[in-house]
Amino acid sequence: MAGTELRTKELTISMGPQHPATHGVLRVVLDLDGETVVKCTPYVGYLHRGVEKLSENRTYLSALPLTDRLDYISSMSNNVGYCVAVERLFGIEPPERAKYIRTIMSEMTRISSHIIGISTHALDIGAMTLFLYSFRDRERLLDLFEMTCGARLTVSYPRIGGVRNDVSQEFLDKLYEFTEEFPQIVEDQYETLIDQNRIWLQRTKGIGVISAEEAINWGLTGPTLRGSGVPYDVRKYAPYDAYPYVEFDVPIGKNGDVYDRYKCRMEELKQSNRIIKQCIEKMPEGPVMAPDAPKFTLPPKDRVLTDMESMIHQFVLITKGPIAAPCGEIYAATEVPKGELGFYIVSDGSGRPYRMRLRAPSFVHVSVLPKLCEGALVADVIANIGTIDIVLGECDR
Amino acid sequence: MEPKEIAELIKDRYPAEVKEITEFRGQTSVVVKKDRIKEIMKYLHSTPELYFDYLKDLCGVDYANKKDNRFEVVYHLYSMRHRHMIRIKAEVDEDDCNIDSVTDIWAGANWHERECYDMYGIAFNGHPDLRRILMPEDWEGHPLRKDYPLKADLGEMEWKGYKEVIETAEKNKQYEVR
Repeated sequence: MAGTELRTKELTISMGPQHPATHGVLRVVLDLDGETVVKCTPYVGYLHRGVEKLSENRTYLSALPLTDRLDYISSMSNNVGYCVAVERLFGIEPPERAKYIRTIMSEMTRISSHIIGISTHALDIGAMTLFLYSFRDRERLLDLFEMTCGARLTVSYPRIGGVRNDVSQEFLDKLYEFTEEFPQIVEDQYETLIDQNRIWLQRTKGIGVISAEEAINWGLTGPTLRGSGVPYDVRKYAPYDAYPYVEFDVPIGKNGDVYDRYKCRMEELKQSNRIIKQCIEKMPEGPVMAPDAPKFTLPPKDRVLTDMESMIHQFVLITKGPIAAPCGEIYAATEVPKGELGFYIVSDGSGRPYRMRLRAPSFVHVSVLPKLCEGALVADVIANIGTIDIVLGECDR
Repeated sequence: MEPKEIAELIKDRYPAEVKEITEFRGQTSVVVKKDRIKEIMKYLHSTPELYFDYLKDLCGVDYANKKDNRFEVVYHLYSMRHRHMIRIKAEVDEDDCNIDSVTDIWAGANWHERECYDMYGIAFNGHPDLRRILMPEDWEGHPLRKDYPLKADLGEMEWKGYKEVIETAEKNKQYEVR
């Protein structure tokens, strides 16, 4: 073979849509020059169910379960986001107790979503134990969801104007017990496993770097943005529910690499825990559905069976939707575990949304993947997909 | 800055472009003509006292009943520095269904514009890679248009019971509350 030149050419490989490390049905086409990624093209839409089109044909109340199926591992936050948007559109205010319950539920979802985010990310790049430990703790949270609303994943628990039912004292006691133990678990069992692990550090430090300006320009939100050092958090910038009443810090990173984003999520676990604890301590007594908005919220079942007015409201709300809905448009954002979930609702005064637009954080985060991957190694593609923490159900809608 | 002041600022600078300023629940929308949209966006992005560095969202809306300017492209802009927000709505007519792309101002607009093109068929001039995104590449029609049916017409393939359900629903319409 002496004297003959080696021929090299670019190689195109298709990663996914069936690939264990793409977190769902994401397909990424990679043009490779040896181990280096020259071009990265993500393809989405495999999970497109037309949630926006469907909700235009449903009443405000019956569009709620569709939002469960967006980011299916943090369905409670999506429900809350939708309810907050519709409440702002209708101009109704949920009672204090409902606000606290929703905040607790959102933060429980944040913990369980970040747990999945971090541990599958770690699993993808070679640290398996964290996955096993963290799922044990996630199970406790799902059991608590089940105790309150009977469902573990697609909960549909919040309602427009409050929440479906009050939480029990047993739930609060068990959750408080969890919050007492959880920070110690994070420190002893999660962080010690990978925080200083040499392999973990080599796979994450300096990988997938994005500067603060670029991250904002690309529209990143949530921990993916905060890893670059931008303290943008909807819970602080435009508070909703009980967030103005609780104290918490927004952890930010410095370098904007995979490690800093991981660190932000890990820190947020503790902050969420802090919020839950404060909410339980401060929780007021009272109703859990807005009592002064009969034209928008379903009356309690016992009233429907005994009171004529309530029965009429119930009947009209179920068949026609809230027909007293004002004409107008609203954009309401909430901080879900992945980032900023925005609902842009245009109402034409009928019981159905004329247009419901979902600004899904995962959709924006997938679009930044080429920026993170191009010029990096193939192995880093996996690290980058893990770090943007996407759920394709939300991306494709 | 208050959203109202921002809207007035835009109106002062582009009096011929701004068609309407509306407010609902504390959120201000500015309806503009589409022709100089990129210039307006550049102004909003680069003026230091406005500094809208973050494009929250970009989407289309189909007002099928309107006589002219059927579509609207809606931009939600936010400033991380000043913490203010504004909504810009650009009117697009069905016969001239295109608008200038803002991808070189906000990189994040890329996929939003592709989605808008996919769902409404609004073309974005100067977009680097205008392809369908959520629907398959060979898909016909634009699903979020109001005249696009929710359910496919399967003809002979239709489930027999479905016809019955529709007929019963038609019959029951007389009992509806008005």
